Amino acid sequence: MDKIQEETTFQGKNNENLLALLKRAQNKFGYVPEEFIAEVAQSLDISISEVYGVATFYSFLSTKPLGRNVIRICKSLPCFLKNCQMIIKAVEEELGIKPGETTLDGKFSFELTNCIGACDKAPAMLINNDMHGNLTPGKISQILKAYN
Amino acid sequence: MPEKRIVLKNCEVVDPESITTYMDRDGFQAWQKVLDEMTPEQVIEEVKASGLRGRGGAGFPCGLKWGLAREAPGDEKYVICNADEGEVGTFKDRYILENDPFTLIEGIAIAAYAVGAKRGYIYLRAEYYHLLDSLMKAIGQAREKGFLEYLDIDIHEGAGAYVCGEESALMDSIEGRRGEVRYRPPFPPTKGLWGKPTIINNVETLMNIPQIILNGADWFNQVGTERSKGTKVFSVSGDVEKPGVYELVLGSQLRELVMDLASAKKVKMVQVGGATGRIIPYAMIDTPLSFETILGAGAVTVFDESRDIIDVVYRSMEFLAEESCGKCAPCREGTEAMVEILERFSKGEGMEKDIGLLEELSNAMMLSSLCGLGQAAPIPVMDSLQYFGDDYESRIKQKQGGVVK
Repeated sequence: MDKIQEETTFQGKNNENLLALLKRAQNKFGYVPEEFIAEVAQSLDISISEVYGVATFYSFLSTKPLGRNVIRICKSLPCFLKNCQMIIKAVEEELGIKPGETTLDGKFSFELTNCIGACDKAPAMLINNDMHGNLTPGKISQILKAYN
Repeated sequence: MPEKRIVLKNCEVVDPESITTYMDRDGFQAWQKVLDEMTPEQVIEEVKASGLRGRGGAGFPCGLKWGLAREAPGDEKYVICNADEGEVGTFKDRYILENDPFTLIEGIAIAAYAVGAKRGYIYLRAEYYHLLDSLMKAIGQAREKGFLEYLDIDIHEGAGAYVCGEESALMDSIEGRRGEVRYRPPFPPTKGLWGKPTIINNVETLMNIPQIILNGADWFNQVGTERSKGTKVFSVSGDVEKPGVYELVLGSQLRELVMDLASAKKVKMVQVGGATGRIIPYAMIDTPLSFETILGAGAVTVFDESRDIIDVVYRSMEFLAEESCGKCAPCREGTEAMVEILERFSKGEGMEKDIGLLEELSNAMMLSSLCGLGQAAPIPVMDSLQYFGDDYESRIKQKQGGVVK
C-alpha cells in the first residue's frame, strides 16, 4: 500500500488531479484498485462514491485488473463495413480469449471499443496507445509479437 | 465547387516536428499582426465579419462566442480546444494534429488574446495518446520562440468517453468529474470551466483563425454559401475506394465528395454527421454540404447497395446507448428502448406498433434531452423510416416472408 500512498500524494488537494491520478494508477497497476480509490478520496477530501463514479465512467479506466497490454478493436460502423469481425476472430484465435477477457499469462486483455478515429485505415485497433490500421487477419500474429 | 485548402494549407507541407518549417511559410505572422496592429475587440470583429461558424457540429458563430466571453466580467478566463474527436467516422482532427500542430497553436494563442485568457487547454481524446508527444513538442517549440509568452497551454488527456466531446461534459471532465452534461444556461462564455468565462472551439475552427487574420474577413467570406462561409474538412470512410480527409468549399455537393473524390460506386446511402447524422439516400446525392442543409462535424460514411439500413441504424443506436452519459432519462432510457425495438426489426420480429413507438420516442428525446447526443440520436431512425420505410415494413413479424438478411 506504500506504493498507493505515494501515487496519491501527487500535487495536493485538487479535483482537477483526480482523473490524472486515476489514469496514473491505471498505467502503473494495470487497473484502479479499490484501496487506491479509498486513498484518493481521503487525500483529495472527496467521497469514495465520487472517485468510484469517475473511475467507472471512462472506458480507459478499469476497476478490474487488465493484462499488461490492452487490445481495443474498433467495432463502430466504418470498421464494421471493413469487416472488423474478421479481425476480432483472428485475435480470438491467436490469444484463445474472447472480448472482455485477459490471457492467463496476463500479457493481453482484449476489448471491443467505439470509433478510434482511424476510419480511413479501417479495420483498425489500438494496442495500448499504438494505432494499427489496414488490418488483415494475416497481420495479427506479427503485430502481437511486438508486445511483451 | 472546388477543393480549397485553408485549414489543411500546411498539412503534408510543413514538418510537424519543426516550427521553423512553419515559420518559413507564414507561420505566426497572424499572431504578430494581432500583437502589433489589433486590439482584442478588433480581432473579435474580424472573426465575426468572416462569418466563421464552429466546425465541431453545432455551427455556432465563432466571433459571437468570443465576444460573449470577452464581455463577461472576470479576469480569469479560459480557452479550450476540443480535440476529443469521438464522432463515429470522424478523423480529420487526427489528421490535422498529425500534420500541422502549429497552426492550431497559433489559433489558440489568437483566441486567448481575443477573449483575455491566460490559460488554454487542449482536450485530447484517449484514443489519440499517440499524438501527445508531438503535440507537446510543438507547444514547447512555440514557447521557446516566444509565441506563448502570455499563455499557458495544457494538454488534458481524456479517458475514453464519446460524450466528453460535448462541451459541458468536456469541462466536467477537465474538472476531474464524470463527463456528464450540464444544464444550460448558463453557457460557457459566461460560466464555463471552474465557473469562469470559457470558450470551447473545435480543432478545425481554430485552424481557420490565422488565415482569417492574415487575409481578412472579406477574403474568407467570399467562399461558401450565404450562411456557411469558408471550407469544411470532411472525413470520408466506408464503401469508397479512397477513404480520407478532403477539404471542400462549403456548399459543394455531396456527390462531388463521395463519388468524384472518394470514388464511391453503387451508393445506396450516405450518412453525414456520424452516429447521429442525417441519412441521405442516393437519390439526394446532389444535396449541398452546408450548415443550411447537412454538415455536422463532417463525418461522411458511405454505404453501398449491399448494405442493410436496419443493421446500420441498429448499430448506431447501440453505440449511442453505450455512450449516453446517463444524466437525463430521455437519452439514457430512450436510446436503450430504441436499441430493443431496432433489434426486433433486425431479427425480422418487428411489430406494427413499433413504428409508432419509434416516432413517439423520437419526439420525446429530441424535445427533452439535455444535450445533442439524446436530441440527435433519433435522427438516423427518423431518416431511415422516411427513406427506407419499406425495409422496416418487410421486417414486421406478421408480414413474414419478407426479406430477412
